Amino acid sequence: MDRAAIIGIGQTKAGGRMKDFNYAELLYPAVVAALEDAGITIEDIDNIVTTSNDFWDGRTISSMATGDVSGAWDRNISCVEGDGTFGAFYGMCRVLSGVYGTTLVTAHSKGSESVSPYITNAAFDPIYVRSLGLDMVSACALQARRYMNRYKISEEQCALVSSKNHRNALDNPNAHLQLDLSPEDVMSSRMVCDPLKLYDCSPVSDGAVAVVIANEERTKKLGKRPAWIQAVSFCMDNYLLGDRDLAECAALTKAAKKAYETAGISDPRKEIDVAEVYDAFSYQELMWTEGLGFCDSGEAGRLAESGATRKTGDIPVNPSGGLLASHPVIAAGLIRIAEAVRQIRGEAGKMQVDKDVRTALAHGVNGVAGQSHCVWILGKE
Amino acid sequence: MARRTAIVATGQTHHRSIRRDVNGQELIREAVTRCLEDGELTIDDIDAVVIGNMDHFEGINYVDCWSVDGSGGFMKPTIKLTTGGTTGTTLGIAGYHIVASGAFDKVLVIGWEKNSESDTTGAINTAFDPVWDRPFFAGAIAGLSVTAQSYANMYGATAKDAARVAVRDRRHACLNPYAHLRKEITIEEVLASPMLSDPVCLLDMCPRTDGACAVVYAAEGVAEKICPQPAWVLGASSRHMFSYACDADFQGGSLFSMQRACPDLYKKVGIKEPLKEIDVIEMYQPFSWAGLIWIEDMGLCGKGEGPKLVWDGVTDLGGELPINPSGGVVSTNPIGATGLIRCAEVALQIQGKAGERQVPDVNLAIATGFGGCLWTDLLAYGKKKPE
Repeated sequence: MDRAAIIGIGQTKAGGRMKDFNYAELLYPAVVAALEDAGITIEDIDNIVTTSNDFWDGRTISSMATGDVSGAWDRNISCVEGDGTFGAFYGMCRVLSGVYGTTLVTAHSKGSESVSPYITNAAFDPIYVRSLGLDMVSACALQARRYMNRYKISEEQCALVSSKNHRNALDNPNAHLQLDLSPEDVMSSRMVCDPLKLYDCSPVSDGAVAVVIANEERTKKLGKRPAWIQAVSFCMDNYLLGDRDLAECAALTKAAKKAYETAGISDPRKEIDVAEVYDAFSYQELMWTEGLGFCDSGEAGRLAESGATRKTGDIPVNPSGGLLASHPVIAAGLIRIAEAVRQIRGEAGKMQVDKDVRTALAHGVNGVAGQSHCVWILGKE
Repeated sequence: MARRTAIVATGQTHHRSIRRDVNGQELIREAVTRCLEDGELTIDDIDAVVIGNMDHFEGINYVDCWSVDGSGGFMKPTIKLTTGGTTGTTLGIAGYHIVASGAFDKVLVIGWEKNSESDTTGAINTAFDPVWDRPFFAGAIAGLSVTAQSYANMYGATAKDAARVAVRDRRHACLNPYAHLRKEITIEEVLASPMLSDPVCLLDMCPRTDGACAVVYAAEGVAEKICPQPAWVLGASSRHMFSYACDADFQGGSLFSMQRACPDLYKKVGIKEPLKEIDVIEMYQPFSWAGLIWIEDMGLCGKGEGPKLVWDGVTDLGGELPINPSGGVVSTNPIGATGLIRCAEVALQIQGKAGERQVPDVNLAIATGFGGCLWTDLLAYGKKKPE
């Protein structure tokens, strides 16, 4: 297999309701920033993959809103519906297929124009489940309870994660929420859906991101600070919540194992220098760190308590503040990739972790309560 | 090309207006099962799943996740793509690139739609910009009729010319056991059918169909072991020229994206004289007039010469370049599957497995997709492995 790298990243500052921009206007600055970051023009882009979601955008061909500003005029283009990490996977395939040298991958979300409970309720079975009123928050609350019960994870341990990520976000100029929250602040925030309190939940954000992926030949020609793609792996669990063991993340475990195999990683805790994971809820960062093999099942609460996942720890998780600080749905996973690239380049500013980052992990999720996971391993080499 | 890639197995449902006997997942499973049987494969042989449809038809969010029980994607990598009407060909192009990249050896690609559960025109309208396009965009039929009017005005083509295309495809559909509308029609019947949007009549237009299609793409080295004659992908091309309907140039009714995508594809594949070199085309031709206009945009003949080519029988089964031997889209249109059915049908033609609708000795075949805001997808398949 040929090699590919990420040679450009661009991001907008995520925020609350951005009334001044439509989807295209929201995305355009991210596209321009990604091209500038790569030191190339749109003429260097061979093909485009946009990512979006028809329900969140209220359009049945949501990609139609952002083709123009992604530079798709008279270029080959395709559109992935789902988290940006999945779109980036396809973007990578299109350069590794030998047909194209570069792919521009874009993602946007304007959650402020949507009503999250209705949109996420539409992900459930229309006949048997939807009428129960489940949505993303209530389904994830069920998962949180199941996980916390099995492994005796405490609400305080979840609050530690939220506090850490919110405080990390104080150093992230692109973060939506910049709140100096203590674990006590999280614990005393209002209950949204037991056991999830307000600050255990990510906000619904507006935001956009773009990355440029190139094959080896073009990377060597164009790439000034490439982050090489060492592995991408994804995997999907069962659909009905009752068919899944919600306390476990089997799909993530499988995807991570495959990614580590491909990247030649045998001890992820030691060999991965920084991870950006899809912490839509505080408990999820704990679950996903277990699924990613940073600790054993049920140990993530203690891992968080030990400070290992802090920016100064031995396995920093979400130094950018993660989704708990900014959650433009669909764009969120691609932002994880962009943040991982920053860490590898040593250009993460005050977010930069306190060690030489040679290998970074980025993670994205599709579906309810982590049904489908995508794991990226990026490296200096 | 990193790895040569081919379609090695295909399967589709029997298509109907309403499939009350199955839900969406069961509809998908029917196509997947038929496809795996065709390749003598089991779901364990499949490395990854690529799936797509148009969300607002069935009203299900995260279809990749919802469809597991039908797709067989349990604990497998699964990814969803959607581009409107082009979804099926977009999926076909994705299967090709993903296998060619070396990521997976065998990828199951699924397109599906249960149109009977939708308000088709209502859902299609949501595709367009809510401020500039939606207030006046009256659905796909009206949009297409504008192109027909423009073409008729510029080149003098008539409703009778268009009807000849519908008659051809519906005759072909009688040879296809999976087709939705399997009844021959006459030119008089087309012209006498209810007017939908001048000059487009009911029998000029595609139906709404419940159906699904699945194909397996495999890499060189694996493909030959699965079937004796893989349908090798020679190249693919896509153009999404417009984001706003009000940007589109309807002058002469031409499909601008097709005019731009074809030279790109022909260059990739090395096609110089399309009419002579291509052996069969499965065209995403949503209404009869497109069968006149778009064959010109593909360069099969000059502008305004489409009707003559069709009347001369060149595009009939038995003609020099048969178009839509399956009966095409005016006979069967489960939207998210429609483009992938084009890919599956040309694969059958290359494999020599198309039964009564077989075109003799197919070496080079083209599948097209149409959708979005007058967008085009193209795929070329061949009997011989590409260089």
